[in-house]
Amino acid sequence: MTDVSSEVREFASREYQYGFVTDLETDVAPRGLNEDVIRLISSKKNEPDWMLEWRLKAYRGWLTMEEPTWQKANYAPIDYQDIIYYAAPKPKVALTSLDEVDPEVLAMFDKLGISLAEQERLSGVAVDAIVDSVSVATTFKEKLADVGVIFCSFSEAVQCHPELVKRYLGTVVPRRDNFFAALNSAVFSDGSFCFIPKGVRCPMELSTYFRINAADTGQFERTLIIAEEGASVSYLEGCTAPMRDTNQLHAAVVELVALDDAQIKYSTVQNWYPGDAEGRGGIYNFVTKRGKCAGVNSKISWTQVETGSAITWKYPGVILQGDNSVGEFYSVALTANHQQADTGTKMIHIGKNTSSTIVSKAISAGHGQNTYRGLVKVLDSASGARNHTQCDSLLLGGDCGAHTFPYVEVKNPTAQVEHEASTSKIGEDQLFYCRQRGIPEEDAVSMIVNGFCREVFKELPMEFAVEAQKLLSVSLEGSVG
Amino acid sequence: MLQIENLRASIGGKEILRGVNLEVHAGEVHAVMGPNGSGKSTLAQVLAGRESYDVTGKVLYEGEDLLALSPEERAAAGVFLAFQYPVEIPGVGNLYFVRTALNSLRRQQGLDELDAIDFLSLAKERMRLVEMDESFMGRSVNEGFSGGEKKRNEIFQMAVLEPKLAILDETDSGLDIDALRVVAQGVNALRSEGRAMLVITHYQRLLDYIVPDVVHVFADGQIVRSGDKDLALELEQHGYADLEQRATLASAAAPVVGATS
Ligand SMILES: Nc1ncnc2c1ncn2[C@@H]1O[C@H](COP(=O)(O)OP(=O)(O)OP(=O)(O)O)[C@@H](O)[C@H]1O
Ligand SMILES: [Mg+2]
Repeated sequence: MTDVSSEVREFASREYQYGFVTDLETDVAPRGLNEDVIRLISSKKNEPDWMLEWRLKAYRGWLTMEEPTWQKANYAPIDYQDIIYYAAPKPKVALTSLDEVDPEVLAMFDKLGISLAEQERLSGVAVDAIVDSVSVATTFKEKLADVGVIFCSFSEAVQCHPELVKRYLGTVVPRRDNFFAALNSAVFSDGSFCFIPKGVRCPMELSTYFRINAADTGQFERTLIIAEEGASVSYLEGCTAPMRDTNQLHAAVVELVALDDAQIKYSTVQNWYPGDAEGRGGIYNFVTKRGKCAGVNSKISWTQVETGSAITWKYPGVILQGDNSVGEFYSVALTANHQQADTGTKMIHIGKNTSSTIVSKAISAGHGQNTYRGLVKVLDSASGARNHTQCDSLLLGGDCGAHTFPYVEVKNPTAQVEHEASTSKIGEDQLFYCRQRGIPEEDAVSMIVNGFCREVFKELPMEFAVEAQKLLSVSLEGSVG
Repeated sequence: MLQIENLRASIGGKEILRGVNLEVHAGEVHAVMGPNGSGKSTLAQVLAGRESYDVTGKVLYEGEDLLALSPEERAAAGVFLAFQYPVEIPGVGNLYFVRTALNSLRRQQGLDELDAIDFLSLAKERMRLVEMDESFMGRSVNEGFSGGEKKRNEIFQMAVLEPKLAILDETDSGLDIDALRVVAQGVNALRSEGRAMLVITHYQRLLDYIVPDVVHVFADGQIVRSGDKDLALELEQHGYADLEQRATLASAAAPVVGATS
């Protein structure tokens, strides 16, 4: 578009000239967004023309869209021209093993208690670590390749499996789905790609840790997971972010596709930097996650533990298209200090006898504001559809808030939709009971809160459940008393 | 072991404990009886460290100022309260809760934590003592327990935590005959030279099983009379009616010093 410096233009055109990028001195895009920046991103990734076109269409769509304002969150306007849309660490050569990973990156993971080496050794989890938009390590690839599972960075998938990417990208979350999804579609930097072929049960849990590294760098991950007929996979996503002074935008898109009899379980522990006690800094987390149960008897299950971010805006949903398909959403969202969360799910029943379960546990402490927003939509084709929704809120202290907005649209008279909701304050009686037994107050709070979340935690894979509990305790530190 | 002098507690401007004096020695069991609303539970809660009251007066526990300690510190010092209304904690496993409690106490006492296996064998033994079915251990703390089951669970916790000063607030209320025997069994098993108990009850029948050294009558926020176990029998026959008058007399006169054996 306009206003791009001649330097950038030159830089960008040089990329076209050489076709692909090696040994770039600076792997940071200039601030702001225009078609040239998108071309730059695409060329840095050596993308085929169709991919660039796809991005540009998304960008042009985004230009016509308005940032949503209906969510229950207050924040200063985002200047989309003051964001850097691409930044990469500088890997010297392509990495084939952990030994080649930047020791500083490894140290960072160690600090988070999720060292790659340890995970590889102890839990048999294949890890695709994403640091600042570029995959730096991928393990267990061979073992997965033996059974035909593809688990790689999104960029690599575009290079090596373009036909799969082309077939499924944007089929669940269209380019113009919403403002943030459109933005992501235009500028996504990297992410994960998983493909589980027909009849294969993925032999291990697939896991990705995201981390924001450079200041003022928006993160725009794109993840696509496809389970073919009869295939199944459990995918873990976890993120933490370091201290930041200025707000950072994070707008990811995740698409899941389950064909006949396939199952996808997607678990998230989200711990982006929430801002300080006064509410300064912190991540803006505007995510679009959606799964499509395209085939009969398929199942997609979202489990999320959201403890981080200054603002969370996230509604992992399931489109229940195949007959007898099942959608699940289990969520724990914690807001402390000045955090704001507006999260929930969308269950769209299209196929016959489709069923969905929603369990949402919201915890508010300090000045935290926690909103559950859920949509259950039953189309007239969905005879025998069933939904059960349970939303519980727990308040710690008097300055926080919990809000519930369940939207239900039922077009088929045979559908059964149930909704239960409760709001409670953490009881002084419960606290005193624990303390009388010798349990210190902070431990007691985290125990009571963990108990409140048990229904969700039991859906998480074991090691994730432990991490989630720790996270909850850490996040609650100092928020009671 | 426990010396209470002129203990007063009020809440929302209302004085509930109006000068309690009591001395309990190690090895003793004291029963506290008295009409509804007279402040028995308030006394128990104040001793355990409930923060909602404005408290004045002096409480020495093993020579230390008990009122200066937090509830968890009091617990670590060996104070245990079996609640009149045990609290439900959804989602927190009963056995996990008791283990966390025991290990928190041990940590505060500078002892090593018990590992899962050692704890389990201890817990099983104590479950047998209170004749509690193991199925209760996996359930959430008190959630959906019947009234009697909750009380039994309190005694189970007491048996595991082995306090020095146990305060039982109407642990016998709502119990069937078998449960009453079990509770008494738990209490008697804990009875020893180094320990003391304050048993709040409305019924003489518990005192048939747990024979107290001293019986106190509580009325209108004070101990108005103290005596030996026969006092409980007397109350059973005559009720509290004429005691109210004594309370008025007592507050007009000097504070009544709780009897000791
Ligand atoms: N938060 C409060 N605000 C006002 N009054 C209170 C409060 N808590 C307790 N009280 C009052 O204090 C008095 C003593 O209560 P307490 O529970 O100690 O009685 P109790 O002797 O244990 O009675 P019971 O035999 O029925 O268990 C009662 O009149 C009660 O209503
Ligand atoms: Mg009482």
